[in-house]
Amino acid sequence: MRRRRFLRAAGAVLAAPALPAAAQAFLPRRDLAALVASVTGGATPSREGIALEVPALAENGNSVAFRVRVESPMTEADHVRAIHVLSERNPRERVALFHLGPASGRAEVTTRIRLAVGQRIAVVAALSGGRFRLAEAAVEVTAAACIDEGT
Amino acid sequence: MRALAALALCACAAAAAAPPRPEPPLPGTHFLGSDLKALQADDFANPGLLWVARGEALWSEGAKPCAACHGEAARSMRGAAARYPRFDAGLGRVVNLEGRIDACRTGRQGLPAFAPESPERLALAAFVARQSRGMPLAVSVDGPARPVFERGRDLYRTRIGQLNLACTHCHDERWGKTLLAEPISQGHPTAWPAYRVEWQTLGSLQRRLRACFFGVRAAMPDYGDGDLLALELYLAWRGEGLALESPGVRR
Amino acid sequence: MALGRIQVPARARRGEVVEARVLIRHAMETGFRREADGRAVPMNVVNTVTCRHAGREVFRAELGSGISANPYFAFWFRAEESGEVTVEWVDDAGERGVASARIEVS
Repeated sequence: MRRRRFLRAAGAVLAAPALPAAAQAFLPRRDLAALVASVTGGATPSREGIALEVPALAENGNSVAFRVRVESPMTEADHVRAIHVLSERNPRERVALFHLGPASGRAEVTTRIRLAVGQRIAVVAALSGGRFRLAEAAVEVTAAACIDEGT
Repeated sequence: MRALAALALCACAAAAAAPPRPEPPLPGTHFLGSDLKALQADDFANPGLLWVARGEALWSEGAKPCAACHGEAARSMRGAAARYPRFDAGLGRVVNLEGRIDACRTGRQGLPAFAPESPERLALAAFVARQSRGMPLAVSVDGPARPVFERGRDLYRTRIGQLNLACTHCHDERWGKTLLAEPISQGHPTAWPAYRVEWQTLGSLQRRLRACFFGVRAAMPDYGDGDLLALELYLAWRGEGLALESPGVRR
Repeated sequence: MALGRIQVPARARRGEVVEARVLIRHAMETGFRREADGRAVPMNVVNTVTCRHAGREVFRAELGSGISANPYFAFWFRAEESGEVTVEWVDDAGERGVASARIEVS
């Protein structure tokens, strides 16, 4: 626990210089664990059988490659019902909710997401039978060098 | 902007020759990370293709569509984008691809020109440019295009803005180095119109050049300004032989 | 301009699990952006994407502003019968779009 707290603090220090002051003020770090608990209803998720693929370093926060895979036979009896994508520091914490089922055949979704700043993201898979799985990853977002007023 | 052009003309006398072209010539794609490189190469996921699809529909739309004169774009437009900007004898001036589309709209189709950066103008330009994908840039800078070329060449090496930088300082002298974490490209115009992730939409080369003016804290020329057109022609000449890749994906 | 597309394999064996890819033209306005004159641009995102095959929903996404502009999705479904695979989406302004692709199942 102490080690984890240290890592989190170290991460915050490393990330800080890349963030504009405004982003630091308006995008406070949420407690991802609490966010996960709000999805699982307090149940402890397993960290096995789920993989989150995001780049460690994103070239631009407007479009970050994202893929989640959950190991599951995807049968009527045993399947992934939903996958929640949760953000630690985006203005809105809920990025996406994917509904799957036996007709999906495979529990894997690929998309592209926005990250306002470098942060951790979490994916929570809700399985049939009420169990949950969790994966987390940190993404650092490169600050754009060529500033642009955008029009 | 007129003052800037005058400045460029003054510089012209002192600097008659263009700076040597970067060797080896490398398209902007070379300086992308693997993810954006893969996105550009993906013929389904590259978002620019949504504009190409819209352009394909526009090609045949209306009472007097593009297709009425030009037929099948895959044949008639093949290689066209690689030759722009060029001197248009009918118009008596140098135009870029978007300018040629505008001239068709107002002159042949009897329609109002599209607004700069409008979805329709970008869609048609992207659709036409797509027909030249993989073909080498090959513009003519002789004859009546020469003064425009020389204006672009001189502007390219004229210091501008509060940062007092010219194009050449980044894209000839420092390509391959980094600005913050981003590699500096050689500034070749092969990808345009391109989907720029920073914009989250497709944009023209003129929009990208305006962003460069902004980046060095210079006044941005208006769309269609002679300085932008001249730079476009110079850049196309400078990138001669590089393959067109529109719709590209850029940071 | 509701424009989007879906791609599935042209052919599959019955019961085979195959990939669908979807790309939608949409600005995915976050609601945090302002015009040059200071006016706030209201939030307008594609909030739901639904994909159906053989009379069943095979994939549904509920989305917010954290999905990139011009949203892209790839997911999987079990090929059950020949016919259309249809994707539908709707944004906060109520604009709807639909795209479909055909799959032959043997």
